[in-house]
Amino acid sequence: MTEAAAPVLEIRNLCKSFGALRATDDLSLELRPGEIHALIGPNGAGKSTLIAQIAGALKPDSGTIRFLGRDVTGLGVVARARLGLGRTFQISALAMEHTVLQNAVLGAIGAGGGAYRFFVPALGMPALVARAREALERVGLEDLAAMRTAELSHGQRRQLEMAVALTLKPRAFLLDEPMAGLGADGSRKLTEFLDGLRREAPILLVEHDMDAVFALADRISVLVYGRIIATGSVDEIRAHPEVRRAYLGDGA
Amino acid sequence: MRRERLINAALLLALLAVPLWAWAADEPFTITLATRVAILALAGVGLNIALGLGGLVSLGHAIFFGIGGYAMGILASHAQDHAPLLESPLLIEGTKSMPVIWLVAVIASALAALVIGVLSLRTSGVYFIMITLAFGQMFFFFAVSWPAYGGEDGLSIYVRNEFPGLNTLDPIQFFALCFALLAGALLLNARLARAPFGLALSAARQNEARVQSVGIDSFRLRLVAFTISGAITGLAGALFADLNRFVSPAMFSWQTSGEIMIFVILGGVGRLFGPVAGAALFILLEHFLGGLSEYWHVFLGLLLLGVVLFARGGLIGTLAGREVAHD
Repeated sequence: MTEAAAPVLEIRNLCKSFGALRATDDLSLELRPGEIHALIGPNGAGKSTLIAQIAGALKPDSGTIRFLGRDVTGLGVVARARLGLGRTFQISALAMEHTVLQNAVLGAIGAGGGAYRFFVPALGMPALVARAREALERVGLEDLAAMRTAELSHGQRRQLEMAVALTLKPRAFLLDEPMAGLGADGSRKLTEFLDGLRREAPILLVEHDMDAVFALADRISVLVYGRIIATGSVDEIRAHPEVRRAYLGDGA
Repeated sequence: MRRERLINAALLLALLAVPLWAWAADEPFTITLATRVAILALAGVGLNIALGLGGLVSLGHAIFFGIGGYAMGILASHAQDHAPLLESPLLIEGTKSMPVIWLVAVIASALAALVIGVLSLRTSGVYFIMITLAFGQMFFFFAVSWPAYGGEDGLSIYVRNEFPGLNTLDPIQFFALCFALLAGALLLNARLARAPFGLALSAARQNEARVQSVGIDSFRLRLVAFTISGAITGLAGALFADLNRFVSPAMFSWQTSGEIMIFVILGGVGRLFGPVAGAALFILLEHFLGGLSEYWHVFLGLLLLGVVLFARGGLIGTLAGREVAHD
C-alpha cells in the first residue's frame, strides 16, 4: 500500500537562477501514481525551465528530483528517459525526413536499447515494428504510417509526438502543452485519450487550455514567477483568491 | 527510389565497364583513372557516413586518408629496406601484404577517429568544422616534420604491394581489388543506413532532442559513426598510396579534406552513390578540363557553386529527384 502511494516523481526545493532572474524558486512538486497533475501559469512563469530540469536538459542550482524513488538530479536526458520518463515537446521534435512509422520505430529502438545493431533493417525487425504500430494505432495515425513526417499537419505531428512517447511504455509522462494549436475537435479527442492514459502512468501536464486542464486534472499546481503559489483540486484552484488574481482573471 | 536504384546500378556498371573496355583495348591509363575513381569514391563513402547520415561536417577526413597512406608507406618501406619497425621488446617487421596493410590502416584510422571524435563531437556546427580542420593541420605538419619517413618529400615504394593470388602490378587486377572494396563499403553503408543504428543516427541529425528523449545517447551514436567513417576513409588512403606507390604529407592537407567533401557534395550528400558519382565527375573534369587549362579548378568551383545553389541533392539528387522516404 505504502509502495503504491509513494510519489513517482518528487521535486524538492528546486532552485534555478539566470543571473538575477529566479526562474525556479524553491519549488516542490509531486506526481503521484494514477494522477494527472496539471501545471499552469502565465507566460514567463518558468514552466519551460521547470520542464527542462525535470527532463534532465538543465541542471538545477540546488534541490533534488527523485524519480521512482531514485535521486536523478545528477542524471541527464538520456538516463532519465531510460528510467522511464516519457516526454513530449511543446514544439514537435520529430525526424521530419523520416516516415511516421520510422519515428515511432525510433522510440521502440530507444525503449529496447538496441540502437547499436548495424546490419538488420530496422523496419524488418518485427518486435520494433509491432511496438511502433501499436502506438500509432492508439493515437489514430496507423493509416499514415508510410507518410513523410514533414507532410503531416500540425495536429498529426502532435499525435505522433504522443505515439513516440507511448512506444517507450514510460513510468511517467511529461507533456509540454500537448493541446497547443490542436483546435477544438483535436483537443477534445486528446482530452479523452489522456483521461485513459493516466491509468498506465501518471501525467505531469503543462497546459494552457483551461478547459482541458479542468476536465482532466486530479490536482493543479499554479506557477507564478518560479514559485508554486497553490496546489489543489480543480475546485480549490478555481476558488483560490491568489490564483484568480495572478492568473485566471476575474471571469473564471 | 526505384529511379535512384537504376541510376546507382548504371553507375556501378559503368565504373566496371570502362576499365574492362580499356583492358580489352589496351589503354592502361584509362584503367588507372577508373581505379582513382574507385579509391576516391571509397574515401567519399567513408565521409558520407559521417556527413550524409550523421550530419557531421568534418573538414578533417584527410587525417584518416593520410593515416591509411602512411600505414602503407611505413610498412612497405620497412619491408623493402629489410629493416624491422621494432626489434625489442618484440619484433615487428614491415610487410608488402595488402591485406595486412589494409587491416593496419583500418585499425589505425579508426583509433584516430575515435580519439578525435571524443575530443571534437562535443561541439557542433562551425566549431566542429574548425576543430576537425585543426586536427588535420596538426597531422599535416607532423608528417612534414617527421624525417624518418621522408618528411616533406614523402615516401616512395618501388613495387606495388602484394595480394595473395593476384598480380597487383597488372592495372586491371588492382582495379578489381579497389572496386571490390568500394562495393563492400557501399553495401555496408546501405545496410547501416537502414539498420536501427542508421535510423537513430539520421534522426539525431534531424532532431537531436528527439533521439535523446527516447533514451539514445546521440554523442555515442556520432562517435561510432565517426569511427566507422574514419576507418573506411583510412582504407581508401592505403589504396591511394598503393596506386601511386607514393605517400606524402599532401595526403593530410586540408585540400584533401576539401576534395573528399567535394566528391560527396557534387554527387549528393547522404545519397548512397553520391561519392561514386562525385568522384567520377571530379576525375572526368580533372582529366578533360585539366587537359584544356591548368586553371580547371575555376570550372570545378563554378560547378560546385551551381550544385550548392540549385541542386542540393547533387548529381544523384538531380537525376533521381527528391528522395522519397523508404518503405
